[in-house]
Amino acid sequence: MKKLFLPLIAGALVAGCSPVSSPNSKTTSSTGGDQQIKMVYIAKSSGNPYFNQIESGFKKAAAQFHFEYSTQSPTSADATSQLEIIKDQIQRGVDVIAISPNSPDALDQVLDQARSKGIVVICVDDDLTGNESHRDAAVLPCDTKTVGDSQIALMSKLMGGSGDFAILSATTDAPNQNAWIAEIKSQLATPQYSKLKLVTTVYGNDESQKSATEAEALLTDYPHLKGILSPTSVGLASAAQVLATSGEYPGGPHASTDAIQLTGLSTPNQMKKAVQNGVVASFQLWDPSISGYLAGYLGYMIKEKKLTLSEGGSIEVPNLGTVEDGKNNLIYAGPMLTFDKSNIGNYNF
Amino acid sequence: MKKAWVAGILSLVSIFVFSRMSPEFLDWHFLVTNSTTYVEVGLLALGMTFVIVAGQIDLSVASLMALVACLAALLLKKGASIEEVVGFALVAGAFLGYVNGFLVAKLKLPSFLVTLGTLAVYRGMAQAILGPRSVEIPHQFVGIDQVGVAGIPDPVLLFAILAAVTGLLLHQTVFGRWVVATGSNESAARYSGVPTEKVKIAVFVLTGVLAGIGALLMISRLGVARFDLASGQELDAITIVVVGGASIMGGQGSMLGTVLSLCLIDIIKTGMGVANVKLPYQLTVIGILLILAVLAINGSELLARWKSSRTSQQSFKSQPSG
Repeated sequence: MKKLFLPLIAGALVAGCSPVSSPNSKTTSSTGGDQQIKMVYIAKSSGNPYFNQIESGFKKAAAQFHFEYSTQSPTSADATSQLEIIKDQIQRGVDVIAISPNSPDALDQVLDQARSKGIVVICVDDDLTGNESHRDAAVLPCDTKTVGDSQIALMSKLMGGSGDFAILSATTDAPNQNAWIAEIKSQLATPQYSKLKLVTTVYGNDESQKSATEAEALLTDYPHLKGILSPTSVGLASAAQVLATSGEYPGGPHASTDAIQLTGLSTPNQMKKAVQNGVVASFQLWDPSISGYLAGYLGYMIKEKKLTLSEGGSIEVPNLGTVEDGKNNLIYAGPMLTFDKSNIGNYNF
Repeated sequence: MKKAWVAGILSLVSIFVFSRMSPEFLDWHFLVTNSTTYVEVGLLALGMTFVIVAGQIDLSVASLMALVACLAALLLKKGASIEEVVGFALVAGAFLGYVNGFLVAKLKLPSFLVTLGTLAVYRGMAQAILGPRSVEIPHQFVGIDQVGVAGIPDPVLLFAILAAVTGLLLHQTVFGRWVVATGSNESAARYSGVPTEKVKIAVFVLTGVLAGIGALLMISRLGVARFDLASGQELDAITIVVVGGASIMGGQGSMLGTVLSLCLIDIIKTGMGVANVKLPYQLTVIGILLILAVLAINGSELLARWKSSRTSQQSFKSQPSG
């Protein structure tokens, strides 16, 4: 009985494999002939809408600059599975590897292997901090100054340029948060924001419950508060719930003359309901697809030897404008996107 | 013994399929150097073969490997010599394996529950010690996968030697026969004089030692240690052993089958990776393979059971008329 069973299984497996193989072998043979550049993007993990947005930027660049683009991402966000993917992609003969690394140091060796074979390595959305020599360039979404300046400008606009506001942040030692808050404070010292007053900064530790408690405390402790700025998605979502319950948002059931304007940073998917209910008029985030587009463009141009990076120089990017090549070839995609009722339906991440 | 060759035949079939799928696949040098990635899980599978043949299961192997890797990395950073760290990894692996074995054999707890516990404990300890940061391995200890003899990387050679030694241990020694006896029928083995408690402890210790060796190879290959190294590899190791023809009920299994099955998984994963098949599809194929292997290995028994249930149903149906 066993003797009969085993060949059957073997046959079933071969049959199971062949439908996968036929379309793939066709694509390799059709593209293998010409000299099109092959680029792969490896996200932190698959199935995350944020990275899908980055991928859409790569696709746009691929269509515009005519390179072959594919993506391959681990099912969970760990560095060792990214390492295996990189090895396979080196063997596949890719020319550019773009990656959102899951570790700042575990990929050093395999990326060195890739670069020794002439592959251009570009980090997207996250960098190999401290190990910058193992990649060619990094594209990060937005620099501190852009985030801070855009956030305070939006807060000021929503508050009509004057009044008391508070910041609801994540943790006291989150580097990003503190850098943005420092930039916001330095902007507040300039004459254009002279009528705005930051009354306090509170920390919700990026936990929903703690953020909600802090937001409630702000409402009771500062009766004349006109605005809350929460540059973290957890804080913004929690504060939006508190405001929705208390009804103190502009146009809400308990809105007095000084209704609370709430804004901050988050992804459109997380804020859709709050924006549609009118609790949050508008908020901001960078557009991840611009990072993908810029990384695709840079990878293509560097591999084609049409572009040499030089620290401190500037790069002209079609459809995007000029970007600065910073220290360690760190490039910011900039600018911030502002979401409100009119455009939030167009985004899905 | 024939069950072992299922994986071998499938490996050859896969090589043929993948070489047709992508021209870059059939590159001897690439296949051999790339297989260093699978050596660590291969070592886990060698130990797991003993554990499964002895009728037990060890879910803690990958956590154990990660914990030893983190501790060894800290020692290296403190300036320990390579000899000291190798010695430490072997002893630590043996000790952590012994903890599993002691709880299973002496306290008579089910190995599934014991190792489900130590899976969390060992990984938790690694995370408690290192936190989210990674420890960099000193330069002179990094890159064992980059050196080798005659183009074959050292980890692959080491794996081949250990596979041969453990194969002899399982199939050619008294200890090996005790392991099989313990897994086939524990009380019968005990009454016929097999020291089943000691056998059970020994298989867990052996697995721990092999995982300790795997830990060293892993940190040398990656150049860093993190608490989340090798996460989920306990299931990969079990898959390899079962596809290699071992019975999850114990008493059956071969080292050759495990090695061939490791080759098969290596070829399938590498082949699909080079052909750019998306990872979720890769997982699906590996999962289907596991189920088919279990069917193939237990096919005759399943068929017999199905037949007997059908005949009993028929006799039941014919009763009223007769």
